[in-house]
Amino acid sequence: MARIFMKGCEANAESAVRAGCRFFAGYPITPQNEIPEYFARRLPEVGGNFVQGESEVASVNMLYGSAQTGTRSMSSSSSTGISLYSEGISFMASARIPAVVVNVVRGGPGIGAIQPAQQDYLQATKASGNGGFRMIVLAPSTVQECVDMVYEAFDLAERDDNPVLILADGVLGTMMEPVELPEMKSDEEVAALKAKYYEKAIVGHPITDRKLGVPGSVGTGQEIRNIEAAAMYKTWDKDIRCEEYMTEDAEIILASYGISARISKAAVKDLRAEGIKAGLIRPITVSPFPYDVFKNLDFDRVKGILDVEMSIPAQMKWDVEYAVQDRLPIHECLRSGGQIMTKEKVMEEAHALVKEVL
Amino acid sequence: MMKKVYARTTGIQDKVSGFCPGCMHGTVHKMIGEVAEELGIMDRLVRAEGVGCCGLGQNYVSYDTTISPHGRACAMATGMKRSNPDSIIYTYQGDGDLASIGLAETMHAANRNENITVIFINNGIYGMTGGQMAPTTLLGMKSTTTPEGRDPEKGQGYPMHMCEILNQLTGPYYLERTTCTDPAHVRKTKAAIKKAFQNQIDGKGFSMVEIVTSCPTNWGMTPLKAVDFINSDMLKEYPLGVFRDRSKEEKEAE
Ligand SMILES: Cc1ncc(C[n+]2csc(CCOP(=O)(O)OP(=O)(O)O)c2C)c(N)n1
Ligand code: SF4
Ligand SMILES: [Mg+2]
Repeated sequence: MARIFMKGCEANAESAVRAGCRFFAGYPITPQNEIPEYFARRLPEVGGNFVQGESEVASVNMLYGSAQTGTRSMSSSSSTGISLYSEGISFMASARIPAVVVNVVRGGPGIGAIQPAQQDYLQATKASGNGGFRMIVLAPSTVQECVDMVYEAFDLAERDDNPVLILADGVLGTMMEPVELPEMKSDEEVAALKAKYYEKAIVGHPITDRKLGVPGSVGTGQEIRNIEAAAMYKTWDKDIRCEEYMTEDAEIILASYGISARISKAAVKDLRAEGIKAGLIRPITVSPFPYDVFKNLDFDRVKGILDVEMSIPAQMKWDVEYAVQDRLPIHECLRSGGQIMTKEKVMEEAHALVKEVL
Repeated sequence: MMKKVYARTTGIQDKVSGFCPGCMHGTVHKMIGEVAEELGIMDRLVRAEGVGCCGLGQNYVSYDTTISPHGRACAMATGMKRSNPDSIIYTYQGDGDLASIGLAETMHAANRNENITVIFINNGIYGMTGGQMAPTTLLGMKSTTTPEGRDPEKGQGYPMHMCEILNQLTGPYYLERTTCTDPAHVRKTKAAIKKAFQNQIDGKGFSMVEIVTSCPTNWGMTPLKAVDFINSDMLKEYPLGVFRDRSKEEKEAE
């Protein structure tokens, strides 16, 4: 298939359409406006629906409504907007509704800076809303990965009957890269997906076969539902994805995800050129998190970890610390508030770590 | 030969409802079921339920039902209807749900003339949570959060009139306010509900029936006293009538 040059947000949206997404609702917020704008043009061409919601609160509930019909449905927003999605995402997780949500993160808290950041890690991976539910959270580091992950996210959501979150950032959203777009699902395939969902869909059934969408229940019902959901989350070990780069003989490990990991990778190459045995661990699924990759490090060989994130305070570091406990020193290399990580900064912090531990 | 002239609607399950004695929620549920039967839409019917005493209906009605976050039923119904136009979708919402927390969703669904039916239960109070002030609570009316009676001088605002407010918009197709205090008004309400569903079947757009009802429990009245209170007080603040009926305008234009 031909490679074409595309902006991250638009590639994201086109990939969703190709996956069979036929509904999008969203509210304008930088740096993800190109996603709704692309859907507004594109969805009518394929018989889908685009709605500009009056708010994020409305948009996420439009998503919730559409997804219940078995129509592949998506929404995107950024940071402060995603906070307003919390209740809706929590309801979808409770009612076990498949949907895809994209967070093109900016530098919060509050309204934050509109420039790229990775400031929503804990919200995304631990508590995107009330009630202790979990989601698979995919963290792309290239536009191609955005495309592939969005395409796959719908399958994951339907497999688990659970929302899936794509944790992107303003760099990925706005930069252009050559991408290979996935295959366009035919109208028949899209219709078949919806038909397959009919047994669960809230679309009107004969009363002998009524469907009840339940975001909560009385009596023992809620506990049973929570037990079922928790059991489903436990099946996610097989979904854990992680890139390990030059870790076989590494003495220091850079831990980083998304766009920061890409910058870290460049730093690893330069460190190696200097004779420093550096490696990179890049969680691709940040939920479920690849704890075992960190737990199984050779702690006799590896002497320290550098946690690289565009977030202050550090957030992913919590997960890294949870995995390695106090077996290794973990240094931080952080930028925030829309300040983009640079290779120079990573090199500087890596040198400081090397000085201390090697 | 005996002839069956009246039967329980298949739109509600063979169960006792959870509503309090004298509550009009039950009457409205029955009418919706009857209308769905008469229009032959029962197997296409979807209830997008708000949060409030309406929640007691989810295991009482017999057709597909989903539960929205408090106030968001019109947004949820928008997504459902857009993605599955064959369904006949109605939201069922209280005054706290529709006119307070969900005001924006209600206004904008009406403004887009979303092709949905809205059944709005105006009982002037937050029933489910135990009788707090609603946007529709009458001036002077006592609630647990206006223990001395609702007083605008105390920053508690004025009753909100949703039919009149929505009637300011160009979008909505049909807006009517009714009540259920006696058989004649029950019949009128049923006719309004039927029209609101027929409009959706015909693809006409946003149709809302606001039903002024009682909440004997939280009003602290017997069911009969509550009916009297509707007639003596509620209907003064909330006059009955058709506020918008674009089908009439369409007929006149013909
Ligand atoms: C986000 C959120 N806030 C508050 C509540 C609590 N709550 C449940 S029902 C209700 C009020 C319902 O009042 P109304 O809509 O008038 O319905 P009624 O019970 O009177 O029929 C409230 C505030 C909730 N469920 N969700
Ligand atoms: S609390 Fe009021 S509104 Fe709720 S069921 Fe009882 S009477 Fe009806
Ligand atoms: Mg009420």
